[in-house]
Amino acid sequence: MRPFRYHRPADVAEAVAVLAAEPQAAYLAGGTNLVDLMKLGVQRPDLLVDVTRLPLDAVAELPDGGLRIGATVPNSDLAAHPVVRRDYPVLARALLAAASGQLRNVATTGGNLLQRTRCVYFQDTGKACNKREPGSGCAARHGQNRDLAVLDWSEQCVATHPSDLAVALAALDAVVEVHEAGGARDVPLAALHRSPGEHPERETTLARGALITAVRLPALPAARRSTYLKVRDRASFAFAVGSVAAVLDLDGDVVRDVRLAYGAVAHRPWRAYRAEDELRGRPFSPELAARAADAELAEARPLRHNGFKLPLTRAITVRALTELAEGTPS
Amino acid sequence: MSAGAVGRAYPRLEGREKVTGAARYAVEYPVDDVSYGWAVPAAVVRGRITRVDAAPALALPGVLAVVHHGNAARLAPGSDRELWLLQEPVVHYRGQFVAVVVATSLEAAREGARLVGIDYDAGPHSTVLTSDHPGLYRPDHVNPSYPTDTAEGDFDAGYAAAPVRMDATYRTPAYHNNPMEPHATTAQWRDGRLLVHDSNQGASSVQATLADLFELPSESVRVIAEHVGGGFGSKGYAKAAVVLAALAARQVDRPVRLALTRQQLFGPIGYRTPTIQRVRLAADTDGRLTAICHDAISQTSTLHEFAEQTAVYTRSMYAAPHRRTTHRLVRLDVPTPFWMRAPGECPGAYALESAMDELATAVGMDPVELRVRNDAEVDPDQGQPFTSRNLVACLREGARRFGWADRDPTPRARRDGRWLIGTGVAGSSYPARARPSSAAATARADGGFLVRINATDIGTGARTAMWQVAADALGVPPERVEIRIGDSDLPVAPVAGGSMGTSSWSWAVVRACEALREKLRNAPDGVPADGEVTAEVSTEEEVGGQPMLPRYAYGAQFVEVRVDVDTGEVRVNRMLGVFAAGRVVNPTTARSQLIGGMTMGISMALHEEGVLDERYGDWVNHDLATYHITGCADVERIEAHWIDEQDAELNPAGVKGIGEIGIVGAAAAIANAVHHATGVRIRELPIRLDKLLGLSALA
Ligand SMILES: Cc1cc2nc3c(=O)[nH]c(=O)nc-3n(C[C@H](O)[C@H](O)[C@H](O)COP(=O)(O)OP(=O)(O)OC[C@H]3O[C@@H](n4cnc5c(N)ncnc54)[C@H](O)[C@@H]3O)c2cc1C
Ligand code: SF4
Repeated sequence: MRPFRYHRPADVAEAVAVLAAEPQAAYLAGGTNLVDLMKLGVQRPDLLVDVTRLPLDAVAELPDGGLRIGATVPNSDLAAHPVVRRDYPVLARALLAAASGQLRNVATTGGNLLQRTRCVYFQDTGKACNKREPGSGCAARHGQNRDLAVLDWSEQCVATHPSDLAVALAALDAVVEVHEAGGARDVPLAALHRSPGEHPERETTLARGALITAVRLPALPAARRSTYLKVRDRASFAFAVGSVAAVLDLDGDVVRDVRLAYGAVAHRPWRAYRAEDELRGRPFSPELAARAADAELAEARPLRHNGFKLPLTRAITVRALTELAEGTPS
Repeated sequence: MSAGAVGRAYPRLEGREKVTGAARYAVEYPVDDVSYGWAVPAAVVRGRITRVDAAPALALPGVLAVVHHGNAARLAPGSDRELWLLQEPVVHYRGQFVAVVVATSLEAAREGARLVGIDYDAGPHSTVLTSDHPGLYRPDHVNPSYPTDTAEGDFDAGYAAAPVRMDATYRTPAYHNNPMEPHATTAQWRDGRLLVHDSNQGASSVQATLADLFELPSESVRVIAEHVGGGFGSKGYAKAAVVLAALAARQVDRPVRLALTRQQLFGPIGYRTPTIQRVRLAADTDGRLTAICHDAISQTSTLHEFAEQTAVYTRSMYAAPHRRTTHRLVRLDVPTPFWMRAPGECPGAYALESAMDELATAVGMDPVELRVRNDAEVDPDQGQPFTSRNLVACLREGARRFGWADRDPTPRARRDGRWLIGTGVAGSSYPARARPSSAAATARADGGFLVRINATDIGTGARTAMWQVAADALGVPPERVEIRIGDSDLPVAPVAGGSMGTSSWSWAVVRACEALREKLRNAPDGVPADGEVTAEVSTEEEVGGQPMLPRYAYGAQFVEVRVDVDTGEVRVNRMLGVFAAGRVVNPTTARSQLIGGMTMGISMALHEEGVLDERYGDWVNHDLATYHITGCADVERIEAHWIDEQDAELNPAGVKGIGEIGIVGAAAAIANAVHHATGVRIRELPIRLDKLLGLSALA
């Protein structure tokens, strides 16, 4: 592990200024991802700027009915928050389906969104990886890629974004509040993560040194009828091999509004707009849900080992929406 | 032995120390002036090291030395070439340790390891086991010393003539032992003597290996392994960590602590070989087996021949007039496979007990009844009667407890909402062996006793079991007995492995206690006020002179699974095992061993798989986030029971060993239950949802 310095900034402005001045500095939140990657030599910052003491740990109800979640709110606190449980069950479920109790106690909102891919080649400095070392190649493209992307990948990178939280936030049209050297701005969650394209090492649309300060959820009464389904290789403590966040608003049996997002299929949380279009305005049926999923997955290009993700994602789309329609989320 | 402690449920003697963190493991002993070693793995699969550039590492503050083939102390070429470390500029597999960086801090050692520059001249390699590999050969014997192939009757003719036949090939992947505590050592040289605190399953054998490698008299090597955080076979012999630590400590002339990382446990310490197993069974129409053939393929390395005895299970399990078993190996450019809980029996039983289930379907017979019908009174392999064989009793008792009786054999007949439900059964057996051991018992003036034996408690409860056995053999309450284990200065004892720890050690403990009582009987004045009386024994002659008889423990595994009809997710609703394993010394720790083995069987069936990338020649999922091991949430209800079994042909304590039998057959029972639930037979473990979905079997 490379020797590094540690700094605790007094406020947001100082944190951003330090990152601007120190090209190899990184923010440290819960450290559950960053510190692992430092031990593995995958990330090698020379300065850690600890954001956990900044006043970013509040969950506040907004006048318009939305919710503002501080960047350092631990995943477990957020999942247990009464408003989240009541108004955004999809979010509470996504959080509780992730990692383990111990990890959720320290993992933060901001850190969760910016966690790195779990691609096994990315985590092994002995192997080619364009994301870790631009230009070195992508070992996963023709290697072991069962867990990787089926949508929107490039020859340069076929990784997926591993976060469950991000998938729920994508469905909820969350907005990320960031501070950059140039000032504060809002970034829609759907625009936070990039497609891998030619530059898989650039994972987000944020400027280097940008600090996430909060995530804002718009008021969305329909989200009271929402759910998150996650499929994994063991009952607990495993990343998704398929997941879906769903919000369903029915008028009688007609779909008035719907939000769908997929996890484990792409380099970013995958908002399923096409499927939503297919569903909106039509009487709901499981067959319609299946058609919607098919529309969304029509452009999927499975890799050698992950063709199963298509029937899987389709199946959980149907199940999630059907359960919401019937009022029986499992 | 007087009745008393044996058979009663005592908590582990060291339980409190362990849960409070007071128990010390190999790299936790406080040592003055200690330094830290970090092992450097080879970055190519096969080739020669052309240059080692230590300078960048040595330039790092805190780095004391870079030990490699060019400067390491010379080792005698022992019998296991995996241990002949840092002696030659040759790489035999990716990840083989080629250097150690020693530093004054762990962090500096780790960073130093990254900075060592090693150039290789890499050659072509082959790392994937296939059934048509050009390198397949017939080893001279399989582990530990079984004949490679066996044949009775005429399998081909018997098979051809039978009215019912099944022929299937089963595959198991590489499995990695992953004990909680990694292989780890603190090594110190003092006046030419080597002291190691090491995590292993047998300090006597590690002592002997180190003495050989470093060409020292065995008295000059002391190995302490007081608490060991698991091994599952992988610490059965000395492994790389202890040799590297000793080499490094010699180089820097100060104590060195070296622990392998989790990633480094995936290969260099051994693993369960992948297997490809073809099983053919033939029966008459009432289910009596007429022909059995089991052909097993597994891999070994270019360094050392490790020939897993995969088909040996089939030789003694069920009777039939025509029988054949074969083993073939391939030498690949991979780390040498090694023992993992029930080596041979475990993968072999997966294949045979799955095949029996397929045969039951083919004959139209209940799978419990099929096994009962083919029970053997005489060992089909050796021709002698078993000293005790309670397979049928286990099957019957298990069926009763599990509620097997009304089972509808039709696959995919039970459904509960989105879940398809199925049940499965498998037989289980494991040899009951013992090895010679020594032990000493001492009477103290205060009425207390001390029993010493270099047994190892790898988390099993062995220390507590020996204490109970000793108390009964001495005829005193256990509170008066102190037990000391885990140190090569104690009387020599065999490894905790092969389910023969308790049988071997208790034998010596009983004899030592008997010898002490005899001495005390002959000492009318008793124990001198300022002294003690000691008896030390070896069971070498007695164990060696025991007649060779077929001695086995048996079991029956019952499982109910549910399979999600849309996603293919498999969950185990309940699992129940009944075992016949001789006398049970401590029900608490015995139950832990049995349900631990069964849980590991769930893991084998559903979760674990070393995923190899043939281009890099190593397992890419080399950590516990990606190499999934069954967690608590996967084990909803699990029960282990045993039947009362007395067998006078075993050993003084009457035990058969319970460390391994719990895993044998478990994976087959699950695979059989998945078939019953879904109608789909997955013959390649692990049974993951993508295989069920991929077959579109559930649609
Ligand atoms: C074994 C294991 C299993 C897991 N399973 C799951 C799972 O099933 N589902 C799932 O979703 N996750 C899972 N995780 C991942 C876990 O959720 C993330 O590691 C965690 O959320 C990261 O949060 P953190 O606060 O610890 O981030 P850190 O590790 O501290 O930081 C992560 C990254 O974010 C940056 N960062 C942190 N905070 C900010 C900020 N405010 N502004 C800008 N940049 C910031 C850091 O510089 C770093 O690059 C698992 C992790 C482990 C180790
Ligand atoms: S998929 Fe992306 S992260 Fe994985 S090896 Fe390729 S470039 Fe690296």
